[in-house]
Amino acid sequence: MKNLLTAAFALLVAQTALAGVKIEHWVSPSGARVYFVESRVLPMLDVQVDFAAGSMFDPEGKPGVAALTRSGLDLGAGKRNETEIAEQLADIGANLGGGADTDRASIALRTLSARDKREPALDILRNVLHAPRFENDIFEREKARTIAGLKEAMTRPESIGGKAFWAAMYPGHPYGRQATPESIASLTRDDLASFHARYYNAANASITLVGDISRKDAEKIAEGIAAGLPKGEAATLPAAPEAPAGRTVKLPHPATQAHVYIGLPAVERGNPDYFPLLVGNYTLGGGGFVSRLMKEVRDKRGFAYSVYSYFAPMRQSGPFQIGLQTKRSQAGEAIKVARDVLDGFLKEGPSDEELLAAKANLTGSFPLRLDSNKKLLDNAAAIGFFGLPLDYLDQYQAKIEAVTVDQIKAAFSRYVRPADLITVTVAAD
Amino acid sequence: MRMQQLIPFLLAPWLLTAAHANPYETTLQNGLRIIVKEDRRAPTAVQMVWYRIGSMDEVDGASGVAHVLEHMMFKGTPSVGPGEFNKRVAAAGGRDNAFTSRDYTAYFQQVPKEKLEDMIQLEADRMRHLNVDAKEFTQEIKVVMEERRMRTDDNPQAKLFEQMNAVAFQAHPYRRPIIGWMNDLETMTAADAKAWYDTWYVPNNAYVVITGDVDHKEIFALAEKYYGPLEGHALPRSKPQIEPAQHGTRRISVKAPAELPVLIMGYKAPILRDADRDSEPYALEMLSAILDGHDAARFNKKLVREDQVALSVGIDYDPTARGPGMLYLHGSPSEGKTVADLEAALRDEIARVQKEGVSEPELKRAKAQLLASQVYKLDSMFGQAMEIGQTESAGIPYQKIDRMLEKLQKVSAAEVQAVARKYFTDDTLTVGVLDPQPLDGKPRRPGVATRH
Repeated sequence: MKNLLTAAFALLVAQTALAGVKIEHWVSPSGARVYFVESRVLPMLDVQVDFAAGSMFDPEGKPGVAALTRSGLDLGAGKRNETEIAEQLADIGANLGGGADTDRASIALRTLSARDKREPALDILRNVLHAPRFENDIFEREKARTIAGLKEAMTRPESIGGKAFWAAMYPGHPYGRQATPESIASLTRDDLASFHARYYNAANASITLVGDISRKDAEKIAEGIAAGLPKGEAATLPAAPEAPAGRTVKLPHPATQAHVYIGLPAVERGNPDYFPLLVGNYTLGGGGFVSRLMKEVRDKRGFAYSVYSYFAPMRQSGPFQIGLQTKRSQAGEAIKVARDVLDGFLKEGPSDEELLAAKANLTGSFPLRLDSNKKLLDNAAAIGFFGLPLDYLDQYQAKIEAVTVDQIKAAFSRYVRPADLITVTVAAD
Repeated sequence: MRMQQLIPFLLAPWLLTAAHANPYETTLQNGLRIIVKEDRRAPTAVQMVWYRIGSMDEVDGASGVAHVLEHMMFKGTPSVGPGEFNKRVAAAGGRDNAFTSRDYTAYFQQVPKEKLEDMIQLEADRMRHLNVDAKEFTQEIKVVMEERRMRTDDNPQAKLFEQMNAVAFQAHPYRRPIIGWMNDLETMTAADAKAWYDTWYVPNNAYVVITGDVDHKEIFALAEKYYGPLEGHALPRSKPQIEPAQHGTRRISVKAPAELPVLIMGYKAPILRDADRDSEPYALEMLSAILDGHDAARFNKKLVREDQVALSVGIDYDPTARGPGMLYLHGSPSEGKTVADLEAALRDEIARVQKEGVSEPELKRAKAQLLASQVYKLDSMFGQAMEIGQTESAGIPYQKIDRMLEKLQKVSAAEVQAVARKYFTDDTLTVGVLDPQPLDGKPRRPGVATRH
């Protein structure tokens, strides 16, 4: 199996992206997938290391481990304590960023590319990935801060609504599980250490480099990162989420505005249906000021400052979501308008004119998706992490151009079933 | 230390080009300035139009009108119908939006470079030809009220900040919120918005910043073609509204549904007026970096990590503005600690700087970070346009941006200590405390000490 994979990746190595962005790809000797964009314009280097180590991999009964493991990496590692890590990074003008979401744990280094800056910066990056200490005192402090943050979040309508929405969409699936103050309180530093040992390995990693270095240096840097990681295997995914039955959840809150979430689990990364859904959703609620939802809910009625819809493809079926906030006394009316707009769209799809407008924006704005190293990094890292085709960016515009009204209607009817929609309202009257 | 090795980056040829031959500038006959920064990294461009008019130019009873007008700017002209502006930007594959601050109102579009001319044409059209339709206004003012509910009324921290500013400033218009008091929004009319537009939206009260893969000569010609024919007029003279000196600490508490208390300590602080002659704002900026510039900076190290008196803590100080300056310390106490404990701990940290000063390694570290961030800043065309626009809005010519960086690099430890002694004084302090309330209205925690 391993040889087969290597061969498959070797085939990809020769391919390079067009459209001005050349993403080079290889597998490092230690088995990490590597993605590299050489960009010599600015004397800087970005390195991002992604692991399939997001909250979906939290062990049963221990939600919060993935997030705390990620945030604990740079709070002491190898011979450096947390202060030394922060001070040494600051001394050379480097930054460490990243975080953990449902799918992914990421660590991102931005450094000047001159050798005397980048080498010490990379040394710290390797250190925090290879040998995090997870010291007990620091862990207890961070637990207390996390618990306080969770309690604070549970006073905010948007957090209450978001958590209830995900719990209702993904019953029995890790995407629906939430850390609680109690679950965090019960964790130990050993939970973090074993999570790190299990998931922060080369087979479970993709490494993305963008910036002012040669291919040869990129190979060396990537292998330097991969070689010191714990040995192990790629993460195994849980069973795909099942579609829950539609329902309505109303939660109390004293806010002046009701926060409304409508949606259901829809589509995963790499699904070919994503393109019709993306193009269709532009007209529905994805096109900012020009979408139907914006016109009906905001412009015509003044019901909301913000109203939107989107598909968020994830490793497994990510949500389709409509969201808005409105004065609580008119929440029922606003929901009705949003549902009517959705129903109309499901029946008719976009008009020919709307389809053209959607394509014009989505293809025309393509250069804006790639006009900085930061954006190149985000794109190349996503292609790497989710295993999208290496020519994903080259294909992007053509795939959008090819979408028809019938494809949009078919895809929407497959994924957005009105009877299955979950509606969560916080601060409902 | 590594300062010596970092400095060559600032002097590298590519940066010299960026800093000196570029940006380019011209002024049209009607008084409109055009500033172009060529950056050929990708085939895209950003246009920003900045009006030298913000909420500080409003009067009591009409707070929020600058921001409401910003919303109305998307509602059409005789040649571009309501909603059409956004549609045309979207069709061009672009993104657009606008923002209103105390000091300015600005509009931007990010587009593929070949669409820039269309954007110039659109912005020029609405600079002098806006329709402020009464029916559109009636809908849009409701949207703004929803925006206020979302951003401020239902956001405890924002509410605290709004109330605190209204106390810290008593005469200066900075006391009014940018989004406006709700009652002022309720009584505002289309005529108020139109009067605002007619008075202030003229080429001689604006400047255009364009960054991207463009040729400045071509941009100047396009600007002449589209913005050139617009007529300006004299601007009303505004009266100076100087904040009277503060003599003694002011304290305020705000109740709102929340879990954590929040403390904000705002000190009146100097503002950069002359980039060459002033020195104190640079020293205060350096002090902020030493206290809060990175994870191991003093505040985080001592208050969050070692003493665990705070869950989080930070400083905000912006030395560029049209009006008076403030330096804010803010944070939330950890479980079992009170805002009074946090205030005492912050005061101890300030007293330490006042007594002992700061170390050379700390100063060098802050400077190294600043230098590196100059390189990182060039990664974003939007960020570069913002920097030029904001500097100009504060009355500092963008040509001084490099000079400001030089002056920052020259700040000494003695200067940092001197500003800490001079400006962290109770006489000009305003303290704001968020007193968290349970969601169900029943008391949950013992009362938070807000006064001593």
